[in-house]
Amino acid sequence: MKRKHKESLTSLAILSPSIITLAVFVYGFISRSVQISLLDWDTFSSFMRKAKDYVGLENYAGLFREARFQTDLWNTLYFTLFFILGCLAIGILLSLILNNKPKGGYFFQNLYLFPMAISFVVTGTVWRWIFAPGRLPDNPRGINLLFEQLGLDVFQWGWFTSTGNFLGFNIALVAVIIAAVWQYSGYTMAMWLAGLRGIDQQLIEAARIDGASKWQVFTKILFPIQKPITLSAIIVLAHVSLKAFALIYAMTGSGPNNVTDIPAVYMFEATFRSNRYSTGSAIAIVLLMMVGLLIIPYLVNSFKEE
Amino acid sequence: MLLKKSAVLSVLVMVALLFVFSFSALAQEGEVEIFSWWTGGGEEEGLNALIELFNEQYPDVEVINATVAGGAGSNAKAVLKTRMVGGNPPDSFQVHGGAELVDTYVETGMMEPITGLLEEWGVKDKFNQQILEMSSYEGEYYSIPVNVHRSNIMFYNNQVLSENNVEPPTDLASFKEALAKLDEAGVVPLALGDTNKWPAGQIFETLLVATLGPDGYNGLWDGSTAPDDPAVREALVHFKDIMQYVNEDHSALTWQDATQLVNEGEAGFNIMGDWAEGYLKTLGWTPGEEFGWTPVPGSEGTFIVVTDTFGLPKGAPHPENAKKWLKIISSKAGQDTFNPIKGSIPARLDADKSKYDPYLTSAMEDFASDTLAPSIVHGSAAPEGFITAMNDTINSFITTGDVDQAFKSFQQNYEEYVQ
Repeated sequence: MKRKHKESLTSLAILSPSIITLAVFVYGFISRSVQISLLDWDTFSSFMRKAKDYVGLENYAGLFREARFQTDLWNTLYFTLFFILGCLAIGILLSLILNNKPKGGYFFQNLYLFPMAISFVVTGTVWRWIFAPGRLPDNPRGINLLFEQLGLDVFQWGWFTSTGNFLGFNIALVAVIIAAVWQYSGYTMAMWLAGLRGIDQQLIEAARIDGASKWQVFTKILFPIQKPITLSAIIVLAHVSLKAFALIYAMTGSGPNNVTDIPAVYMFEATFRSNRYSTGSAIAIVLLMMVGLLIIPYLVNSFKEE
Repeated sequence: MLLKKSAVLSVLVMVALLFVFSFSALAQEGEVEIFSWWTGGGEEEGLNALIELFNEQYPDVEVINATVAGGAGSNAKAVLKTRMVGGNPPDSFQVHGGAELVDTYVETGMMEPITGLLEEWGVKDKFNQQILEMSSYEGEYYSIPVNVHRSNIMFYNNQVLSENNVEPPTDLASFKEALAKLDEAGVVPLALGDTNKWPAGQIFETLLVATLGPDGYNGLWDGSTAPDDPAVREALVHFKDIMQYVNEDHSALTWQDATQLVNEGEAGFNIMGDWAEGYLKTLGWTPGEEFGWTPVPGSEGTFIVVTDTFGLPKGAPHPENAKKWLKIISSKAGQDTFNPIKGSIPARLDADKSKYDPYLTSAMEDFASDTLAPSIVHGSAAPEGFITAMNDTINSFITTGDVDQAFKSFQQNYEEYVQ
């Protein structure tokens, strides 16, 4: 009994630095942000005076009325959706191909994973060069120039400078989504490949003998077995997409008429460019709730399973 | 065990040494920390020349050159704010004169007035008085302007213009005609690179000056001009007309890219602050030969000012040394050392014109005779909240082209942040 007591004390002592830092730097700062988002600190002087004049949810209401923030929410929705779908589709496809152990499989396995090792800032800068449209039709640049050389002029368009909009989807986001999928599909591939390698080959062989087509093997056997892995990948990708600040900031900025703006970019500009600390905090809290919306069901689910 | 002991011992010795070193650093009184975002071409060399001048006069004071990189001080301003709020100010720091200084740091009581110093050194009447006024609050001056840039200036490629028989425009009507003519000839009439939004906002502020006139424009900031003045709407209409003639990939370019279009002969005109002149020179051009300049049509007689200034924060660790720094930069020698290298003009009116190139000399003449107006997008006219809001409005306006909507949100922004 005494020993157990001592053990728990030791573990508490070892854990305490991380508990304390978590409490201060995560939960303390979250509650501070909540508090600031309820105050009227939208000028530098009110911030300096530290005036405690609460305005309730007014900052949030104002935010949701703003055209820029509405665009941001649409952009986040579509970006997250297509980013996850793209990463899953390409990642799963790559893992299926690599799982057949083709020649040079190890090489490609690493090749596809490499983009994950570089930061979003680098990705953004490079893809910015690639997708900078130039002036069409006579002075194309980047990928548009490549299309011209290949005689594929029909594929030339304004990429991230385009202001076209389809059902709330700003088509300029296509360029950003391609860059993000390029970086993260290797991640889905690695997750899936690890799972696939653990599946008993007899299972698949048995199904094939029973006359299942390759597609049926995929939909009826592989996909259901890999469901937990896919779900984890979705959770990770979803929160990456909410934190795509660095990619957007380096690649396009908020774009013409905010076509490539996301809440994180707006949060940064509101807080550090315009001294609207309360608005910035309100955006931060909305972002936090969006992440929570994704992650809490997942956590509840995994607790239940345990 | 032995190994462990010696390891512990060596760590202890190192920590002790670190303490000794840091305390000896603290004990050094002969320092002055100068905070700026001058890290780019020209400006860095200018700053180094200033520091050299300082060292000649005060050899026992060591300058700590604290710079934070990032265009137009975007990162430096955030770092500075954190330091000021955290009670850890540098001895002196770069700040755009006007609202950026007054609204943020003077009204909140973080700066020392320096009117007395200016009088003591006998330099107060050497400066353009209008520019000193910009950084004043309740009758006291709070910072010393080192350099002056002009935002309402337009550069053009002489060859492109002459090949297409276009004369440099003198008013908005002839400007639009010139743009249309270049458009027909198949060159980009007006180069714009507004991926960072402010270059478009800057064009709009020059048009505001053109339609409101200098007094009407300056009246916006003291309340004597209403934000729903029809001239504001008129400026938006002109802006929309002019935007038809910009390169279509403007939102993918920076201001340097746009200036380069003029340099490469692909575009005729470029409206940009006169730091673009320095950039054109680094691209190998000589002012007056390959390129010409004119105030943005309609804004002649007004000089929209972008000025870097230095002040004295309260609680500076070495205020006496900071005053020495301020004395250097307010001197004629200091201003004439820094500005020719940086590619800007001095805020003093008695500078040595022979040190400056033909463009800068003409800017100095205008600076002495024109009405000065503070720039919005560069922080001198209005609080930072208004700048971002206006840039957002203009950014959306370029796409939507909805004049009434833009006019309405201009007024809303004004009511929210300026009044």
